[in-house]
Amino acid sequence: MALRIWASSTANALRLSSATRLHFSPLSRCFSSGNLHSYPSNSPSLCSFLKFRRQNRNLTYALVSIAVLDGLKYANSHEWVKHEGSVATIGITDHAQDHLGEVVFVELPDIGGSVTKANGFGAVESVKATSDVNSPISGEIVEVNTNLKETPGLINSSPYEAGWMIKVKPSNPSELEALMGPKEYTKFCEEEDGAH
Amino acid sequence: MATRQVARAGLPLMNIVRMKGVPILQQLEVEECLLRTSSENWCIINDGTDKPNIVMGISGKPAELVEISPVLEDKIPVIRRFTGGGTVIVDHGTIFVSFICNKDDVADVQPYPRPIMSWSSLLYSQVFQGVTNFRLRENDYVFGHRKFGGNAQSITKNRWIHHTSFLWDYEARNMSYLRLPKRAPEYRLARDHLDFICPMKDYLSRSEFITRTIDAAESHFSVESTEFEAVKPPSNMKFTPTSRLLTNQELEAAGNTSI
Repeated sequence: MALRIWASSTANALRLSSATRLHFSPLSRCFSSGNLHSYPSNSPSLCSFLKFRRQNRNLTYALVSIAVLDGLKYANSHEWVKHEGSVATIGITDHAQDHLGEVVFVELPDIGGSVTKANGFGAVESVKATSDVNSPISGEIVEVNTNLKETPGLINSSPYEAGWMIKVKPSNPSELEALMGPKEYTKFCEEEDGAH
Repeated sequence: MATRQVARAGLPLMNIVRMKGVPILQQLEVEECLLRTSSENWCIINDGTDKPNIVMGISGKPAELVEISPVLEDKIPVIRRFTGGGTVIVDHGTIFVSFICNKDDVADVQPYPRPIMSWSSLLYSQVFQGVTNFRLRENDYVFGHRKFGGNAQSITKNRWIHHTSFLWDYEARNMSYLRLPKRAPEYRLARDHLDFICPMKDYLSRSEFITRTIDAAESHFSVESTEFEAVKPPSNMKFTPTSRLLTNQELEAAGNTSI
């Protein structure tokens, strides 16, 4: 019951449509370097994990839910790809937006340009930083999310849906196979956070 | 793949470049080039720039941030830089310190804005040890509740830059070129510029600050001095910096939209 409530609140928080499924399974917990992480122990496909985010200098922590969606592929630079037919949609993950903070500006490429696997195609501004966004795959840019110009915060509130960044016609679909699946990406995030 | 240069002490190598009076646009171009094309760590220190310049962050809109008419009348250059953050007016009283690092050489710092900002505050806590009331407040360096250093960053896949403009001294009248920004830290409490900032000169001399900064860097890195001439990009380098001077036409257009 608690998991269903959590799943529902996570989906609502990320403004995920009803068509998007978050899978949940029994969780186990571990303590690592002062962070409390929850992760599924037996699930073949993965959902989200909890982490404590330090809120301020007074060392209060907020329990935040970081979503990792089934059906997407993930890069180690924290971008996601959703391949549907001849088009792949790309954005940054919930983990990335959580670490970046409030996004106030998004720099996107022009339609008709090309992207190359692991190279930058744009940037986001948050806090006082510009951060490169890298493409997980190569291809031709066929659409960009112009809503991000007026509402860059969509990247924070809906990183997997309304906050998508570009759509690409992949030039080498086999590149998708080299990307991480949801379970692998979750483990990657936990190891990366646990190392710091 | 970047080659990690490790000095005999076991600390990663950092090149220290000391400059004086270099134009801020040239400094920004050098920094972006080093961030994007070098695999080494750098600390750039520019002791004052040659003349007053307004420098906005990557998303800065002059209509919102700058008093267009006096800026045009007094021919104050307005630059949009490659890093994020807010707007400053810099001159010979500003001391610039920039750290350009491989993320793997600062491995205990996640390459995101807040961890990098925290790391920088620890370094500068060493610099200002014994100086009253220094702290990182939201994203500014302050003495008490007054800002004396503004920060900005750019983060790539494997490297990042954290650069700071320190108000060692400033001309009060120059602050009148800047408007109150819409996005401001909470602790500013709607204070105007002169009530919000303070000069570092009341606490440390220029030379003492620079010496202490290099000493603090030495606790994290094995430092070596490099001449500025050695880091200037060669003319045949195929890198185009993105920091640029706004044209009068752009400023005039911004002035028309703000009416």
